[in-house]
Amino acid sequence: MTDLPAATRDLTIDWSSAATKRRIARRYRTERRLRLFGLGAIGTALLLLGVLVTSLVITGHSAFVQSHVEVEVFVDPARINAEDPFKGNYRAIVKSAFLKVLGGLEGRADERKAVKMLSRGATLQVRDAVLDDPSLIGKTVSFTFPFADPIDQLHKGVTPRDVPENQRRVSDKEIAWYDQLASQGLISKPLNWRLLFAADSRFPELAGLAGAIMGSFYALLVCFLISFPMGIAAAVYLEEFAPKNKWTDLIEVNINNLAAVPSVVFGLLGLAVFLQIFGLPRSAPLVGGMTLSLMTLPTIIIATRASLKAVPPSIREAALGIGASRHQVVLHHVVPLAMPGILTGTIIGLAQALGETAPLLLIGMNAFITSASGDLLEPATALPTQIFIWADSPERGFVAKTSAAILVLLGFLVVMNGLAVFMRRRFERKW
Amino acid sequence: MVFYLFCAIFALSAASYLLGRRRAVNVASFDALTLHSRPGYHGAFVAMWAGLPSFILVLLWLLFQGPVVDGLLVSSLPAERIAGLDSARIDLLVSEIKAVARGRVFGEPDEHVLAAAERFASWQGIARWAMAACAIALLLFGAAVARSRIGTRFRARQGVERVMDVLMIFCSLVAILTTVGIVSSLLFEAYRFFQHVPMTEFFFGLRWEPQIAIREDQVAGQGAFGAVPVFVGTLLIAVIAMVVAVPVGLLAAIYLAEYATSRFRSVVKPVLEILAGVPTVVYGFFAVLTVAPAMRRFGDAIGIEVAPNSALTAGAVMGIMIIPFVSSLSDDALNAVPQSMREGSLGLGATKSETILQVLLPAALPGIMGGVLLAASRAIGETMIVVMAAGLIANMTANPLEGVTTVTVQIVTLLIGDTEFDSPKTLAAFALGLVLFVATLCLNVVALRLVQKYREKYD
Repeated sequence: MTDLPAATRDLTIDWSSAATKRRIARRYRTERRLRLFGLGAIGTALLLLGVLVTSLVITGHSAFVQSHVEVEVFVDPARINAEDPFKGNYRAIVKSAFLKVLGGLEGRADERKAVKMLSRGATLQVRDAVLDDPSLIGKTVSFTFPFADPIDQLHKGVTPRDVPENQRRVSDKEIAWYDQLASQGLISKPLNWRLLFAADSRFPELAGLAGAIMGSFYALLVCFLISFPMGIAAAVYLEEFAPKNKWTDLIEVNINNLAAVPSVVFGLLGLAVFLQIFGLPRSAPLVGGMTLSLMTLPTIIIATRASLKAVPPSIREAALGIGASRHQVVLHHVVPLAMPGILTGTIIGLAQALGETAPLLLIGMNAFITSASGDLLEPATALPTQIFIWADSPERGFVAKTSAAILVLLGFLVVMNGLAVFMRRRFERKW
Repeated sequence: MVFYLFCAIFALSAASYLLGRRRAVNVASFDALTLHSRPGYHGAFVAMWAGLPSFILVLLWLLFQGPVVDGLLVSSLPAERIAGLDSARIDLLVSEIKAVARGRVFGEPDEHVLAAAERFASWQGIARWAMAACAIALLLFGAAVARSRIGTRFRARQGVERVMDVLMIFCSLVAILTTVGIVSSLLFEAYRFFQHVPMTEFFFGLRWEPQIAIREDQVAGQGAFGAVPVFVGTLLIAVIAMVVAVPVGLLAAIYLAEYATSRFRSVVKPVLEILAGVPTVVYGFFAVLTVAPAMRRFGDAIGIEVAPNSALTAGAVMGIMIIPFVSSLSDDALNAVPQSMREGSLGLGATKSETILQVLLPAALPGIMGGVLLAASRAIGETMIVVMAAGLIANMTANPLEGVTTVTVQIVTLLIGDTEFDSPKTLAAFALGLVLFVATLCLNVVALRLVQKYREKYD
């Protein structure tokens, strides 16, 4: 031991001095402040999430219902070609029926205006009913027609009544007619099944998501069929068979980087390779699915590798020990044990792909399709691109429609992610 | 037709499996122990050699049939019909012929088109049947050859495993192929763009007005391809996003990693992650629907003019989206700091906040930086939020209240609608894509390096 230098100053601290107390108080204040800031940051993030969801629900809930009016329609035989019911002046039939309900309109201008309160779908509705059942000709049938968008917005209270007439999209006359119909008890507001089961339309009251849901379904199906087997095969090779060398390192770095490449770049790839070089049709769910599968592949590979890693080596050694080949070990034991994790990763990857918009826009999956087609090569739209199209549409009704479509998309995502969480909880094994 | 062909290939492969298996059992005179491989492997061997080659044949056929038939179609047209037409007009003509062949006749096509449409339809039919015939013949041939090799000493298992190895290697190469595809297509199209527009103009020019005429009859601007304003706009929005996301994300991570009880953590963390799982088109709509009007009203209230598509709106909403990226990566980094450092600092009498700010944060800094860089690359590459909420006009400004445009917005707007692959307007999108790809790649590589290095340091 060397000599310690003698204490040159008094090391004892006077804990009761005012200065010390102040210092300690300050230190604890900092402590509380940091804690508060942290809580505040979390609160802010959660608040923003809340605002996001609430604003969508507030604007979107009204699109789940649609205002209708009940009209007694006389299917006038004079206006329909009996041999070919497709040919007929259904517009006039609807018009006279609706005018009869309103009663006592003066002048053609008013009549024309009044008929515009109904959706354009009304004519088709009568025609389709007659085509279905030609015996309706000559009878009086009760129909419920959707209102056109401005009246629908009025009914839902989106269009205010107390602003000057020239600042709203419904005139005073239309409001009067609407009130007259309402007082007769003819207006109803049933659930809007068209939202899910009709195809797209220029008119908000007729537009639905069926085409988009079909398109997304087919694109995801293609994406799954390509990326699931390929992802597992690649991950199994890299994790179980590949020698550790420069090549496999390169592949690994590559996969990690691909997972972080902006999605729009994959769209460029799809456009340049699938459409330009291979000459596949534009806007087709097949191309959409192929492009999405390239994006999903890294996600699935990374998830699969993680769950293969989690299978303990003892399983492999035991199987090898009783004479299984390396392929048998992997195929019969390791992959089945890792399957829950693989499936969870796949579902999460597909959920990401479902919400992806930019690559689909670039390959043209934002087509305007008025009848849902079930073909991989026909032009289609997908849910997120449909949202994009509707968000760009000027009609007031499409604001609510867009929010509703977003809620539907979020619903699908919640179901998929919920399934992933459930599978993780239910099947995950801790070794 | 193609779908049924795939079904047929699948069914016949399944049949070949049974065939091979039966054959193996017969060869072994019903004593499986005399076989080298289990009968199932013999079946799989036959099925693989039956199904795979014909499957690959069909895929290749489908890939190349379109271009080949198009080429034949163009060369079959009489020379005077296509004389003087550029490639775009010929493409139009080909698609008209195809439409006529499918029965969608608009207007009155001339006789050449009608004749060509008839030829096209018949070729299409011939090609399809030829494809089906070739595929089935190849399948049967493969099955027969493979079946003839079955014997008691035949190593079917090794054969199957070798094919599986090749398939697995191919699948892992797809990742490389994708990268190669991205790089080469971007480089190729960007090269063609730089033939139209000099590189110096693109990288240093200050005017960006790409909406030029594709056809002569369109009314459009003169065209200017100086991308600097676009880059500036991208950076501005990304910086705003980071200003929103980094403090919130970092503070949230500190609280979650150091203060929160495990129950609080297990509830709040997944909820925060939801922010990253919401599709970006939803954020875009949210920005347009809620944030932009709110900003304008706020601006009006304090007397500042805010553009409806201001950089602030797009950046702030993007910031919300990337909060979880920053917070979860920072959380990981903080958790990776060894417990001993925490205990050492607390043991010396430091408060928790002093430990965090003076010991843990410096120790976790590389990891946090990595997370921030990854978030920045996300922000630069993010598309839908800016397409919906930011502007289209390239505006060289650092004022967040004005509208600016970004690289991704320009890519999307240039490629939506009328795309013609030899117009500089379309090719410009690929040049921008190349810049975007290189920039995000650099950020990602540096970030992943940082995160990995840092992880190794404490492992």
